[in-house]
Amino acid sequence: MMPRETLVNTVLALLLLAIPLVAVAIDEPFYVTLSTRIAILALAAVGLNIALGLGGLVSFGHAAFFGIGGYTAAILATHAFNAEPLFFGLEGTTSMPWIWLVAMVICGLMALFIGLISLRTSGVYFIMITLAFAQMIYYFAISWPAYGGEDGLSLSVRNTFPLLSTAKPLPFFVVCYTMLLAAMVLFSLIRGSRFGAALQTARQNETRLAAVGIVPLNIKLAAFVISAIVTGLAGALFADLNRFASPSMLSWHMSGELIVLVILGGKGRLFGPLAGAMLYVMFEYTLGGITERWQFFLGLILLGVVLFIRGGLLGLLAGKARYG
Amino acid sequence: MKRILATSILSLALATAAYAEPVKIGVITTLSGGGAGLGIDMRDAFTLAIKQSGNKDIELVIEDDAQKPEIAVQLAEKMIQSDKVDLLTGIIWSNLAMAVVPNTVAQDIVYLSPNAGPSALAGANCNANYFNVAYQNDNFHEAMGQYANKDYKKTFILAPNYPAGKDALTGFKRFYKGELAGEVYTQVGQTDYAAEIAQIRDSGADSVFFFLPGGMGISFMKQYAQSGVSTPVMGPGFSFDQDVLGAIGDAALGVKNSATWSKDLDNDANKKFVEAFKTEYKRLPSIYAAQSWDAANLILAALSKASVKDKDAFKTALKSADFKSVRGKFVFNNNNHPIQNVYVREVVKEDGVLTNKIIATAFEDHKDAYADKCKM
Amino acid sequence: MSTALLLEQLLNGLQLGVMLFLMAAGLTLVFGVMGVINLAHGSLYMIGAFACAIVASATGSFWLGLIASLVAAAAAGAIIEVVVIRRLYERDHLDQVLATFALILIFSEGSRWIFGSFPLYLDIPPVLQGAVPLPGGGLYQLYRLAIIGVGIAVASGLYMLISHTRLGMRIRAGESDREMIAALGVDIQALYTIVFALGAALAGLAGALIGALQSVQVGMGEPVLILAFVVVVIGGIGSIKGALVGAILVGLLDTMGRFLLPKTLALILPASQAGMIGGALASMLIYIAMALILAFRPRGLFAA
Repeated sequence: MMPRETLVNTVLALLLLAIPLVAVAIDEPFYVTLSTRIAILALAAVGLNIALGLGGLVSFGHAAFFGIGGYTAAILATHAFNAEPLFFGLEGTTSMPWIWLVAMVICGLMALFIGLISLRTSGVYFIMITLAFAQMIYYFAISWPAYGGEDGLSLSVRNTFPLLSTAKPLPFFVVCYTMLLAAMVLFSLIRGSRFGAALQTARQNETRLAAVGIVPLNIKLAAFVISAIVTGLAGALFADLNRFASPSMLSWHMSGELIVLVILGGKGRLFGPLAGAMLYVMFEYTLGGITERWQFFLGLILLGVVLFIRGGLLGLLAGKARYG
Repeated sequence: MKRILATSILSLALATAAYAEPVKIGVITTLSGGGAGLGIDMRDAFTLAIKQSGNKDIELVIEDDAQKPEIAVQLAEKMIQSDKVDLLTGIIWSNLAMAVVPNTVAQDIVYLSPNAGPSALAGANCNANYFNVAYQNDNFHEAMGQYANKDYKKTFILAPNYPAGKDALTGFKRFYKGELAGEVYTQVGQTDYAAEIAQIRDSGADSVFFFLPGGMGISFMKQYAQSGVSTPVMGPGFSFDQDVLGAIGDAALGVKNSATWSKDLDNDANKKFVEAFKTEYKRLPSIYAAQSWDAANLILAALSKASVKDKDAFKTALKSADFKSVRGKFVFNNNNHPIQNVYVREVVKEDGVLTNKIIATAFEDHKDAYADKCKM
Repeated sequence: MSTALLLEQLLNGLQLGVMLFLMAAGLTLVFGVMGVINLAHGSLYMIGAFACAIVASATGSFWLGLIASLVAAAAAGAIIEVVVIRRLYERDHLDQVLATFALILIFSEGSRWIFGSFPLYLDIPPVLQGAVPLPGGGLYQLYRLAIIGVGIAVASGLYMLISHTRLGMRIRAGESDREMIAALGVDIQALYTIVFALGAALAGLAGALIGALQSVQVGMGEPVLILAFVVVVIGGIGSIKGALVGAILVGLLDTMGRFLLPKTLALILPASQAGMIGGALASMLIYIAMALILAFRPRGLFAA
């Protein structure tokens, strides 16, 4: 018999795949869009989960990477659309794989820089310094006029993927869903690897790690960078979903929401981010439909989860996590 | 589950045409968060206009965007794909309009703007499906620049450091002929203006023009009044409209501001609107309410001429703007933005309540600066 | 640039710093004594401003409003501590961040529910209206000088409280060894509630004082909250002295940056561009400063 967690995980993964297929069948394409949103937010949270869940690095600034990913997609597409070269004669592009690559490289480099400084601190200081970096980028995006500033940057059409017509909701969902699965495979590989073991040791006891000759900073930095890359990819997809990148992707509320997703689902768990994203989008959609005060009730629910349901949704459904 | 407000009000003799099929209008506006006051006025005036028309074939789908662009985008998708609305309207903020409008009109859905008018949608990127019933963003500021020429030679100008702020100062400078004592861009959402007020004091300006929407303007005015600087200020009507005057208090008295509407505009449609709004909601309407009232009446007038399903005929009916605007004369330019008068108002106190009264007309039949670039 | 202008800007920076100190003092006390990171501190600021505005408009007296702001914020703080925060002492910072993030949502939407979306009106009391002359021929708003005065009074009061009273002794003891003072028979629960309510009252006071200058509306606490965190982190979490130095530093840096950066850039760029780029840089300045300080002193300037 399969363990309960595997069962819950399988149900979640199939559910997310089934909703859009049914939605298309009954001609309710909006539910495809909603599912795509879940997949992308889950992807971003999978990224954060690598740093937060495995490494214990509470980054309150992951919106920076989410937003940078989004802006990369929007900027490259805008340049391609207007046929203006970027700089040094480089052209923009509307091809998703290229955009993803660029977004991931830029996020990786930014995370390397931010991580090098931030990881010198720990605890509350780490929470706050990551927040400070995100705020810096947020204010920069708001006041830099070239790419829309506060207005954000619109994509006129969704970017393309070879052989798929991404303008339609379902193929784009499939792209996002595939990337989500790929990221979850990566997460599970990391968790099972020697690197993952070292990372989890760094979370619990740095001295022990140093004693066996591993520099904790390097391990944590690597995790932070990988985490940022995955979140940045999600940002690029998010811009494509909304056909729009805006400074609010960079705001501290976004950072808070990403943490909420991870905790709501169950931190450090493979399917935690997906469970969290499903729950969050469901709250947002149904509560938002019932009352304008939905944020009030979201607050109550969140508070309830933190105070009484430790381990999040997966903890509730599948029991205590087997790791750590 | 969905917040659908079916307006099943007694159909009165007012109905002028036979309404054959139901019409679904999606309203995306800001009902929660810091800017909710504007969206609530928008919604209230819009629903009141539909209710009073007695047209019971109209179904409204009203949703809250919380002033967040991604939520607005998501709602637009939902309304188009799931609710299958015929028209969209309601957005208050330029940045949300920039997120929603291009994709909406690309899907051949008509969008009517009851407030925002970003320059990017007025020029080369104008669209036959996009109708702006309010103004182009620069208009109010242009009017104030024009009016300032009368009395002032050296103006200090300030606005937040974001696109609408830059548009505002550009608009002002387009018509202002005097010298600038200073041009300052403040932080978005800034609440303390002591540093800027000190610069105004030091600059030797003979007047101040500022564009600081919402809470920013309230803070600025309250601090300015206490600072001992006596240089006269002026601004666009947004900073001195019914929604914020109460919070600024007497510091606003006597300030000149520009707007395309005021509650004392002398025409029948306006009198009827102000009365109806006051009776229904027990407060004075703001400019956002006035513009939404017009948007609703424009839609009603077009519906009486053409079916919403016949898109081309319906758009032609909209473009003819054959309705009684609370702003008096109202015509659409080639870019589907209004040609209208812009007035200068002064803040006064009536029966203990701060409000505005028109003192001059800055522009007659004013067109925006971007219409030439629009190929329509 | 005249001396009067420079002096006025320095006072502006000082006034911003003093206000940030009122916020940061509570945050840093709560963290130092209880080890709790409280994002909902901005909501207490908002509660203070609302209480002041409502009572002032009902009674016509700003001073009664000010008292109401202290009472309301302290009461709200005590309730938060008893109902929510008390369950979080043993949890990691992540749970604290999340729970207090949830509190922000509850307080913001809740006050909108009760008081509506339109900003409330709160004016400066008649005694403090107007401006006073400065040396060098300038003028300065009297009310802002009064805020600076209140800030200095609160800072000295806190110093006296912590170094010369029984409560202060317990607070200091709580900061250095939590288990120990419980073992010594001090009612630790009551101490925590008092400290939290004290921090809340200071935030409420800041909200009421600033509410009269700005607009009293839902969400007014959030920008201040982030700034207050910057202050606390720069100063060193748990250190009141650090909060004071950090607050003045941030206040001066922010004000002078907004004022001098565009002016400096105007020497090499056209005025309109200098304004925009200078404004953009100025808004990032304090975060850059914070990152730099933490890069060299990872536990802030006055690490406890």
